[in-house]
Amino acid sequence: MISRRQFLQATAAASVIASASGLGPLGRAAAQQRLSQADISRFDALGRLTILHITDVHAQLMPVYFREPSVNLGVGEANGKPPHLTDKEFRAHFNVAAGSADAYALTSDDFVSLAKNYGRMGGMDRIATLVKAVRAERGDDNVLLLDGGDTWQGSWTSLKTNGQDMVDVQTALKIDAMSSHWEFTLGHERVKEIAEKAPFAFLAQNVRSLEWQEPVFEARKIFERGGAKVSVIGQALPRTAVANPRWMFPDWEFGIREDDIQKQVDESRAAGADVVVLLSHNGFDVDRKLASRVKGIDVILTAHTHDAMPGVLKVGETILIASGSHGKFLSRLDLDIRDKRVAGYRYKLMPVFSDAIAADADMKTLVEKIRAPFAADLSRELARTDSLLYRRGNFNGTFDDLICDAMRSERDAEISLSPGFRWGGTLVPGDAITFEALANATAMTYPNCYRTEMTGEQLHAVLEDVADNIFHPDPYFQGGGDMVRVGGMGYSMDVSKPVNQRISGMTELKTGKPIEAARKYVVAGWASVNQNTEGPPIWDVVEKYLARVKTVRLEPNTSVIVTGA
Amino acid sequence: MPSMLRDGSRRDVLAAGGLAALAALLAPRMALADEKAVEAEIKKLYGEKKLESGRIKLDVPQIAENGLVVPINVEIESTMTADDYVKAVHVFADGNPQPGIVSYRFTPECGKAAAATRMRLAQTQNIVCVAEMSDGKLYSTKSEVKVTIGGCGG
Repeated sequence: MISRRQFLQATAAASVIASASGLGPLGRAAAQQRLSQADISRFDALGRLTILHITDVHAQLMPVYFREPSVNLGVGEANGKPPHLTDKEFRAHFNVAAGSADAYALTSDDFVSLAKNYGRMGGMDRIATLVKAVRAERGDDNVLLLDGGDTWQGSWTSLKTNGQDMVDVQTALKIDAMSSHWEFTLGHERVKEIAEKAPFAFLAQNVRSLEWQEPVFEARKIFERGGAKVSVIGQALPRTAVANPRWMFPDWEFGIREDDIQKQVDESRAAGADVVVLLSHNGFDVDRKLASRVKGIDVILTAHTHDAMPGVLKVGETILIASGSHGKFLSRLDLDIRDKRVAGYRYKLMPVFSDAIAADADMKTLVEKIRAPFAADLSRELARTDSLLYRRGNFNGTFDDLICDAMRSERDAEISLSPGFRWGGTLVPGDAITFEALANATAMTYPNCYRTEMTGEQLHAVLEDVADNIFHPDPYFQGGGDMVRVGGMGYSMDVSKPVNQRISGMTELKTGKPIEAARKYVVAGWASVNQNTEGPPIWDVVEKYLARVKTVRLEPNTSVIVTGA
Repeated sequence: MPSMLRDGSRRDVLAAGGLAALAALLAPRMALADEKAVEAEIKKLYGEKKLESGRIKLDVPQIAENGLVVPINVEIESTMTADDYVKAVHVFADGNPQPGIVSYRFTPECGKAAAATRMRLAQTQNIVCVAEMSDGKLYSTKSEVKVTIGGCGG
């Protein structure tokens, strides 16, 4: 941990380096910024109630680099609207200065030089510091801490402890309630076990038993905070059974269940709630639509799509909050409640700059204790990277290019497919690729790297199916993550077209020849939702590849041509 | 919505493994129905009579979680009295081997015209519901259910 003083010195030094190395105006401007814990947590309090929101931590106990997307297209009504803005458009909309700390945290361009200046973000010990500071300022009885889910998956320690590491952290943070998605990939028995034992509420109004359509979890809970009754309704990812292996929770059904949310809202009001909060894992565009159709929700705490917005978005009377991912941000929303309604609000997306925020000693100790048994694996250096390795973005990321290269090489395949997950950290040029870094991009409970044959026609159908899950103009029909990443093959996509008309120009990159519809290609991939998928875990495949290449150098991927956006 | 009907490519993909999750639910190669087949079924029952919109609440998922057992709930707005009740409700699918899913018949004694069941869907397609009222009026609605390969989620 760098102290604040050291941080300032480091920043000053970076400033010199920046000008000396000709990083340009962005690098210099960035390096001239000054940041402190006080700047990050400074807030002009309003009313008595504070809601804190953290989401999509993906089991990141430690600070990480996480590059926000440079491509994040909105379709239909979401086209060109926040959060579907990147870089310059994003900064213009939210009035963020290029090269500033906020620009580094929220946008992707100039990431490498800004990362050098501003350092890693997140870390549960830093988040604990911010949470404790808000509780101390406002009083425990006035603060509600809500976790939007995707908390128990995404690291080696969470995989090895079946999510127990994160449950212990959530318990220590004293979260009040959580929502869910990747949690279900621990299997139904484990989820039930945690939900029943945990000191926080596991809320999911939209999970039903398949046979009898009975609720599986508590739908909502009323908390008395800040002199108000706050009803929190939980919503799991509606597409969990489609996006992830249904066989891991075979007796459960999901869905949006809009009418049931309305019922929960109405029942909350009837039970005397002053404020109704949807702790959602729907994804931003689904929540935007839902807010226009379900009446009486005061606040939707969005998740799933990993969007971070430094301001709220209002749909009618409903406030939508987007708190980012990987522990990069903690949202604070103060509500002024008068006459059983929200009379005013004030919001801040607090960026968790790990070099500016002191570590909370108790949480630091807990995190060290969790990691200790896995220290040798976590620190093992597999290779080094000369390139920026990142995943997040609609079409491709260099970390996925690496994984796709590894699969084609180690599994002797012509074409490789890697799922468009939104989780996984970023490495900057010069970084060691440790096993921990690899696990942060791959750790999950169905990691087998399969090898199979598919015809060109079948590959086309797969790309069309996944594309429709992202770019269906009605968000209620969207299914999961970003576009599947493809190795060894290029293609064009017209985002504006309907299903089965978006993908064209599929080309084998090695030969430059068009993919033939009837020919069979050897395909490797991982994270199949099929039960009993055979093959080594993906991290073994990538580790073997890295042991051979030793240094990763990746050219920018230009094999996907996108139009119609 | 345009018809989602396609040739056999989809079924081949799903049987191929890899990302495929739904292989088990797909029928072996056989011809699938289309919009015209559904229209023909309705004509068989009611000739050229006009179909009006409204009164039907058709509840199907936007995306099927398991194409083998897709839940469907249907409810028709009616007082269900002797002089104004729902006589029959028919459900069709325009992308299954056979367009007919289920037909329900009601009497005023039913109290309300509501029914629920599960259906198997071979692919993304429209579910069409027709309700026949005691005065001879027909109501119709349709809703698309997406059957997806799945995976790659968030």
